Amino acid sequence: MIEEIGTTEQGDLLINVGPQHPATHGVLHLVITMNGETIKKIEPHLGYIHRSIEKMCESLTYRQFIYTTSRMDYLSSHINNHGCALLVEKAMQIEVPPRAEAIRVLMDELTRIASHVLWWGAMAMDLGAMTPYFHAFRERELINDIMEETCGARLTMNYQVPGGVMFDLHPNFRQKVHAFIKQFKQKLPEYDELVTGNAIFKARTQGLGYLSLEDAVSYGVTGPSGRASGLSCDIRKIHPYSIYDKLTFEEALHSDGDTYARYLVRMVEMRESLSLIEQLIDNIPEGDFLAKTKAVLKPPKGEFYTRVETARGELGVYVVSEGATTPYRIKFRSPGFSNLSALDHMTRGQKIGDLVAIMGSLDLVIPDIDR
Amino acid sequence: MLSLRSITDSFHTWLLGLVGDTWTLVIEMVLVGVAAIGLFAVLGLILVIMERKVSAWMQIRLGPNRVGPKGMLQSTADTVKLLVKEGMTPDGADKLMFNSAPFLAMIAAMLLLAPIAFAKDFHIWDINIGVLYITAISSLNVIAVLMAGWSSNNKYSLLGAMRSGAQIVSYELSAGLSILTIVVLTGSLQMSEIVASQANGWWIFKGHLPALIAFVIFMIAVTAETNRAPFDLAEAESELTGGFHTEYSGMKFALFFLAEYINVFIVCAIGATLFLGGWMPFHIGNWEGFNRIMDYIPSSVWFFGKTFFLIFVMMWFRWTFPRLRIDQLLNLEWKYLLPIGMVNIVLVTVIAILKWHF
Repeated sequence: MIEEIGTTEQGDLLINVGPQHPATHGVLHLVITMNGETIKKIEPHLGYIHRSIEKMCESLTYRQFIYTTSRMDYLSSHINNHGCALLVEKAMQIEVPPRAEAIRVLMDELTRIASHVLWWGAMAMDLGAMTPYFHAFRERELINDIMEETCGARLTMNYQVPGGVMFDLHPNFRQKVHAFIKQFKQKLPEYDELVTGNAIFKARTQGLGYLSLEDAVSYGVTGPSGRASGLSCDIRKIHPYSIYDKLTFEEALHSDGDTYARYLVRMVEMRESLSLIEQLIDNIPEGDFLAKTKAVLKPPKGEFYTRVETARGELGVYVVSEGATTPYRIKFRSPGFSNLSALDHMTRGQKIGDLVAIMGSLDLVIPDIDR
Repeated sequence: MLSLRSITDSFHTWLLGLVGDTWTLVIEMVLVGVAAIGLFAVLGLILVIMERKVSAWMQIRLGPNRVGPKGMLQSTADTVKLLVKEGMTPDGADKLMFNSAPFLAMIAAMLLLAPIAFAKDFHIWDINIGVLYITAISSLNVIAVLMAGWSSNNKYSLLGAMRSGAQIVSYELSAGLSILTIVVLTGSLQMSEIVASQANGWWIFKGHLPALIAFVIFMIAVTAETNRAPFDLAEAESELTGGFHTEYSGMKFALFFLAEYINVFIVCAIGATLFLGGWMPFHIGNWEGFNRIMDYIPSSVWFFGKTFFLIFVMMWFRWTFPRLRIDQLLNLEWKYLLPIGMVNIVLVTVIAILKWHF
């Protein structure tokens, strides 16, 4: 039994990082065994923000449970909603109108950029550079404004519902997205200048927190963190949903597997998402934005599973239906939980300062881990 | 022209006529002490508001803008808040060390104000070993940091203090070597003589490349010595929450905070004095008219202008760069800065012996 405060029997230093700590970006509690400044072991303690979302969903109807998923990974709430809507559509065999599909993909990609931009700022802040954080928020604010106009919310959108999207696009949408594309294209090289090419940043991240392809697979690391280890795991490519198979984009793959590779993959993904938005923004089909569905959704008896690519990785939604109006059992496979499990493996033997860099490169969102 | 020297001289004569020798000395010492404390407080406030404004400007924010005109009284309001806050001492802390550490930090910073030439003929104490005095006293700061970190009985504080100890002790060598280059060129340790030797040009221009290298090393080393980003490992907010001052609150925290800014001011003042000519105006060869105009600008404006420019550069570092890791930090010092500094001082010695400098 390890004492929470003090030292272990071997004389190692035990330190509690969190649940309130600037680097954990939420209520994550890490019990770290250290020898001087070198990390010997990390033990994540979860449960500080557990809201029992999966159990709650069992008493909510198929239209209602989608709203709780916005609160899981709050930085990619659109994509969470998308995953759940896809599941209900798959179970009920609902045909989604092409306009709704285009709007969904646009919103997903805008969300991905907003999430990655915030991560970029937070990662730099973890490494001690405060300024990028504020620059990141400048671009994120534009996306939030776009979302606010169309969806009526800035963080927990609840915009994608079974059969399509809740409202049609706001008349300003196209013009505002074009303005965003223009500004973001200007600012991306600035991001690279400020952080990517910085000698200190490179020294702090290159060759650090190495995760091999085998380890990435065995820990179930997905998303940009998995792709940085060479694991082709972009659901949009390997198992296309919505209209992703009709769009052209590259899966950002890297083979280094270190913190800098994870950083680079996300920088590439921002550019790819921007190109997806550019492809779609002037080609949104006319028509309905919401398919006609029955007032009460009752999927047939059986088990259903869908997966989508959130900004952090693969989100799986698994539902057992008894043919009733509410799910019998629901389970989310959240990317953050699996990514966190690799943290101990990646940080052993590194310095405490590196823990912050490695944790930042995993882009953890704590409510996604705890649900 | 009304110079500071004539004011102080006439005041001295007037006081001498009024009271005796001893009392004149006592009164003058008290006055200087009060002035130093006043300068300490005012500089702290100015630098805090300057840092906040500079960071806001770099981070596309407005910065403090509510208290007073353009938010200029914000740091005063903050100080009042910190003054009335309860001074807490944690249960497990070593009370004597915990409570005396912030005062030691402040005293070490204040002692450093003594030999600096703020304007023409305007020192607190023009000691003949001024540079040596500065390098000696500036080492005291590390004791305050170690005391604070050790006595807090907090692991974050301890880690921060140990990092700080390693860092300050290492970087003092480089700072000392780069100061030594100017001492070699000038042949004096006295601040007033170092300034006087730059009457016909600042050392950064006169000393060829070695002086420039020494200046760059000096700026890097003192940024590390004052524990500021990218070398702020002793605090390292995202790693160690607050580093050595995690457990401090209220006025005790404010003293550490003030001492940090005063240290920044002092190292920049030393940099300005050694490399940029102190209060000496900027002159170009035989451009008589230009030099005459430059002479009309008061010497105190020159001194504070140069110092605040260097402070701005340090703030620029802080708000641009990520933080180094502890082993990289020590590598930078022991593998790069120190060997370069040593070669540099040999070069400077050769230049000084052969009188190659202008």
